[in-house]
Amino acid sequence: MNLNLRVWRQSNATDPGKLVDYPAPDISEHMSFLEMLDVVNERLIVKDEQPIAFDHDCREGICGMCSLMINGIAHGPEKGTTVCQLHMRHFKDGDTLVIEPWRARAFPVVRDLVVDRSSFDRIMQVGGFVSANTGNAPDGNAIPISKVEADLAMDAAACIGCGACVASCKNASAMLFVGAKVSQFLHLPQGHPERKSRASNMVAAMDHEGFGNCTNQYECEAVCPKEISVSVISELNREYTRATLTSGSD
Amino acid sequence: MQWLFKYCRSSIGSKVLMAVTGLMLFGFVVGHMLGNLQIFIGQEAVNNYAATLKEMGALLWLARIGLILAVLVHISAAIRLTRGNQKARPITYAHSGTVQATYASRTMMKSGLIVLAFVIYHLLHLTFGVILPEAHSATDSLGRPDVYSMTVLGFQNVLVSLSYIAAMLLLGFHLSHGVSSLFQSLGLNHPRYNPIIQKIGPSAALVIVLGNISMPIAVLLGLVSLPAGAAS
Repeated sequence: MNLNLRVWRQSNATDPGKLVDYPAPDISEHMSFLEMLDVVNERLIVKDEQPIAFDHDCREGICGMCSLMINGIAHGPEKGTTVCQLHMRHFKDGDTLVIEPWRARAFPVVRDLVVDRSSFDRIMQVGGFVSANTGNAPDGNAIPISKVEADLAMDAAACIGCGACVASCKNASAMLFVGAKVSQFLHLPQGHPERKSRASNMVAAMDHEGFGNCTNQYECEAVCPKEISVSVISELNREYTRATLTSGSD
Repeated sequence: MQWLFKYCRSSIGSKVLMAVTGLMLFGFVVGHMLGNLQIFIGQEAVNNYAATLKEMGALLWLARIGLILAVLVHISAAIRLTRGNQKARPITYAHSGTVQATYASRTMMKSGLIVLAFVIYHLLHLTFGVILPEAHSATDSLGRPDVYSMTVLGFQNVLVSLSYIAAMLLLGFHLSHGVSSLFQSLGLNHPRYNPIIQKIGPSAALVIVLGNISMPIAVLLGLVSLPAGAAS
């Protein structure tokens, strides 16, 4: 198949950048989207041009590195799929694909399609953990947890931190990410001792990083490759309010 | 009290303020509509209702102050949140896409501002009597303000009626997103009730729009008219 790519090219963080057209002929429909970009890059290298920089790592939909906006949809048109797992058969011959980096003040562009998502790491550093004393690990099975709660914790823990929620949100809000990270601990007894400080610190860090505010449009849920439900946002709203009203008794 | 200010300035706290004040304003819209629908019972009913409200004195002022505060908080939080949202994405997408965000949810600021302009016009028209002063000072046979005739006279003007209908449609848009959204902002979410919560906004909006536009339409169609013997 033959495609027309319009790719965001930006040589560094201060370069204003622009969209550049690249024809992509003879693309196999069995390639993943990233493999297609690899082919385009090899042809650019042969022509002595700079290859397109994009983030990728595991290429099996679990690391959260790949991060492309394809025709305005984070991770492209397939629901519940990272862009590395998106195959070219989902596009039509002759399609024009506009490929842009995640756009958010908290995700500055490093180069071309690569953005700096360390704002997520800083949010995690203030609460995305449980404190554990050293010593032998206690027997996990000794703590009774209902199947329902364990499943809810796992659903939230499926978040790979790719940032598609921020990228797709009309307001560049990180509520789905922070909600998932708070929720995964909230449903397990190990998360309870620090639940108040976790909610208040992570929300404060999120606001500090310059993410927008949730307006309940749920674009995040629609593009999330792990299909995390916006119920985690509601939980975060509840947790933050609860933590504010009862702090000091942690 | 510092914790409260910090909470109100946070992203989530601001959203909770939007939800709480939005709920107050929605409650007013429902009550206001139910009161006004008495126009279909007749002049006596609606004039009596208006007189009863005015006799409430301190209670009426308490409600008015509450509403004014709710409006001020709702608007100032909306401006603050929107400015934060604009700053959060300084460079926009060349090709932007939308998967499931509704049109109403993407135009809350616009529908809200138009509804605000309408509220000001509405107060000038029927509360302060600036727009149709003669009708506003009319009294009925018992000497009470003749709300019935004032409303009918107002709505007999096609332009006035059309502006009311248009404003109600925009209010409907605003409520169809806002009423469902306030549950999410307040953290009220449960798999069993979520399907109802999703429908409650559009349903409430439909009821409010139909209830409110029924009045100008009834007047325009002549189904509700001035009492016999009154000056028109």
